[in-house]
Amino acid sequence: MVIIVFFALAVICTGAVLGMIFSRNQATSALLLVLAFAALGGLFGLLGAPFLAVVQVIIYAGAIMVLFIFVIMMINMGQGIAPEKKKGIIVLACAMAIVLLIELVFAGRGSLPGAGVTGPGVTPTDLGRLLFTTYAYPFELTSVLILAALVGAIALVKKREP
Amino acid sequence: MTVPAGYFFVLSLVLFVLGIVAFFVKRDLISQFMAIEVMLNSANLAFLALARQAHFADAQVVVFFIITVAAAEAAIGLAIVLVIFRRRKSIRTADLNSLKG
Amino acid sequence: MRDLFWLIPFPPAASALALILFGRFLSRKWVTIQACGSVLVSFLLSIFSFAGLFGSAGESLPWIKILSPWIKAGAFGADFGFQFDPLSAVMVLVVTGVGLLIHVYSVGYMAHDKGYTRYFAYLNLFMFAMLLLVLASNMVLMFVGWEGVGLCSYLLIGFWFERKSASAAGKKAFIVNRIGDAGFLLGLLFLLTIVGSSDFTAINGAVRGGTIGGGLATLIALLLFVGATGKSAQIPLYIWLPDAMEGPTPVSALIHAATMVTAGVYMVARLNVLFGASGSAGDVVAIIGAATAVFAATMALTQNDIKRVLAYSTISQLGYMFLGCGVGAYAAGVFHLATHAFFKSLLFLSAGSVIHALSGEQDMRKMGGLRKYLPRTYPPFLVGAIAISGVPFLSGFFSKDAILTSAFAQGKTILWALGLAGAIMTAFYMFRLIFMTFHGPERISEEAKSHLHESPKVMTVPLAILAVFSIIAGYVGLPAILGEKADLFRRFLAPVISPAAEARALSIGAEGLLILASAGAAFLGIFVAYLFYIRSPHLPQALADRLPFVHKLLYNKYYVDEAVGAVVIRPLIRGSDLVYSGFDLKVIDGAINGSAAAAGFFGKALSFLQTGFVKDYAFAFLLGVALILGVFLF
Repeated sequence: MVIIVFFALAVICTGAVLGMIFSRNQATSALLLVLAFAALGGLFGLLGAPFLAVVQVIIYAGAIMVLFIFVIMMINMGQGIAPEKKKGIIVLACAMAIVLLIELVFAGRGSLPGAGVTGPGVTPTDLGRLLFTTYAYPFELTSVLILAALVGAIALVKKREP
Repeated sequence: MTVPAGYFFVLSLVLFVLGIVAFFVKRDLISQFMAIEVMLNSANLAFLALARQAHFADAQVVVFFIITVAAAEAAIGLAIVLVIFRRRKSIRTADLNSLKG
Repeated sequence: MRDLFWLIPFPPAASALALILFGRFLSRKWVTIQACGSVLVSFLLSIFSFAGLFGSAGESLPWIKILSPWIKAGAFGADFGFQFDPLSAVMVLVVTGVGLLIHVYSVGYMAHDKGYTRYFAYLNLFMFAMLLLVLASNMVLMFVGWEGVGLCSYLLIGFWFERKSASAAGKKAFIVNRIGDAGFLLGLLFLLTIVGSSDFTAINGAVRGGTIGGGLATLIALLLFVGATGKSAQIPLYIWLPDAMEGPTPVSALIHAATMVTAGVYMVARLNVLFGASGSAGDVVAIIGAATAVFAATMALTQNDIKRVLAYSTISQLGYMFLGCGVGAYAAGVFHLATHAFFKSLLFLSAGSVIHALSGEQDMRKMGGLRKYLPRTYPPFLVGAIAISGVPFLSGFFSKDAILTSAFAQGKTILWALGLAGAIMTAFYMFRLIFMTFHGPERISEEAKSHLHESPKVMTVPLAILAVFSIIAGYVGLPAILGEKADLFRRFLAPVISPAAEARALSIGAEGLLILASAGAAFLGIFVAYLFYIRSPHLPQALADRLPFVHKLLYNKYYVDEAVGAVVIRPLIRGSDLVYSGFDLKVIDGAINGSAAAAGFFGKALSFLQTGFVKDYAFAFLLGVALILGVFLF
């Protein structure tokens, strides 16, 4: 039963990314990506990370992708931009990507076999305890990071007074 | 029937390579940025899968931080895209070639 | 009391800092008050601490105060700490006492100088460094003070830096001292390597415990002594001190007579356990000391510059101190250090008063008959001359006699004879100076005569105080002939001086004879000077004509400066030129210019790869990752 869910999510995810590659409209790409990230959230859930699954859907598929769509709206590209037409680049890139894929599979071959994922995952309670005990300090630091990003983004985009 | 962690790992690799291909196929900054996000998420998936196999709970905290950093990165990255668009009136990467000495 | 001694160096330090940072905003009056006041505070603290030593009978010496850890590196460490014991007490009292008087004197001497604030800033900085040197509880911190006084010496010799000779003299002093410091540093590193600590207590413990002994002790002691010959102007590194007279006269009195140049003696006395553990090191110290005492005295005989006579005299007297330390009479050496500080600074300051009165004239051939013009300068000058000559019942007599007696008692008869010969010459050249300056016909230029004036009170009062001390300071260290308990000074220093280092057995008769010999030497020298310069003034010229070679040799100071120039400096300059034009310009510069050109060439050649398109960069990135991963995997 679980394996069916896994394959369904994997197919949705891969398909969405493939669709994004071939679409010429940025808004379509972004919406396909929302689908892909949502599916990834489901996969996180299968891996026993319910909290991260929810975070993935809310933050990534929600907030970040909305940000993308905002920017796409502001930069109105009209007809959109067709994918690369030069065959050379695509062939080269695909060749390199396949080489890299082979290398990566080879590098991770030790973890390929193995029993199925079982047992309870990490509950939100456990995660919260970890965050506020062992990782309290980095956790507080992330707030500084986000604040810095906020200020930076505003400073970048703000129109200079003439 | 349960799913072996290796399946998740292979899926993450496939997604990663698709991200690379997307980066080269796309011709505008925003889409290339989205391709990078795909790669980042595939890395998260690999991380979670391998951690699950090794029964390492702290990995989830790390992934949590990665997502946070990614949010900050997206905000800054998109701001940069906007600034470039304002200055150059274009986000086609073919038009942008001043990044050289 | 015992909690306060570590504060002693800091008032001058604070004052120096304030003068350097804010000096330009301060009025002259405030500068004066602050500079002298800070030294006064140090002096009072020194007296309190000194008094505390007497109230602490039975307490363990030395008092140690660690302010903070300083260096911790592997097996060795050094603390920022001070220690106080009778030896430090003597040094601190001399440094702050004489230093205070010289500060006050300088107020008058430097009154018309435009660098007034700068002068007092340096002088205060010097006081801090010197007090650091004598109070440090380990050799590393002592080395900081050692270098600090060297720096201040350099700054103050070159104080009138617009005069080329002054800045050259400053550099000479600095460089010659560097040579000595190299030896000091080597010795220090040996100690650190072997003992693992540079605390004086640890060093003494290591020597007593046998960790350092025999040849090793000799090696370390001699290396440290090389540093002492540099700082204390002994053969062969004495050549900087005569030139150092380019500095203002109070500086010569403070740094180049009373305090800094005695740092070498202090160091040897402080490490008396180490020097005592090695017989041959002591011999070397004694021989160098005696040789310097005589050698410098002969050079002083024919000098005509009033300050240079005193400079050679200082070198000679420092030789006596090392002679004392070398024969194991550390107490006598330190005793001479203290008395010498009084009468030599007195002589320098009086000479400064003379120079001041004559508007900067230093040539004794253009003086003469000044006695009636300088009624307040003449008596102290005379007292100083009598004291240094070794006339009985003044301080110089007791201390010099203690050294010579110890040398004789140790069986070093030749060294004793050399010392005695030096004593005769000392009396001669000092009274030659007195007679040429204050007696006889007036040879003053008309211009100088029109400005001739006695110095102000602020200069003559310190002279009077120093004169009093030059007379009475000797009575704390009476010779053993007057009873076992007469030598208060030696008994005071006893906790610091290793008892085995000093052993003497002289009959009362023998000691009496030695004292008579010392006194006789003084009177003989004075009499010859009287004969030469008052009774029959043509005699010196006649003697010079009879012995032209000797006179020329002495007058030109044995041509040592010329020899050093020919043997060391000129080859060094020529060799450096050769290396510069041959190696530096061609090889080093060639290599650097060549590599720059190569970088430019390859940069141009490869710049076609830099297209500016982000995809090309990303592709290069991807290629690189794939390659590196491949290398790691296969």
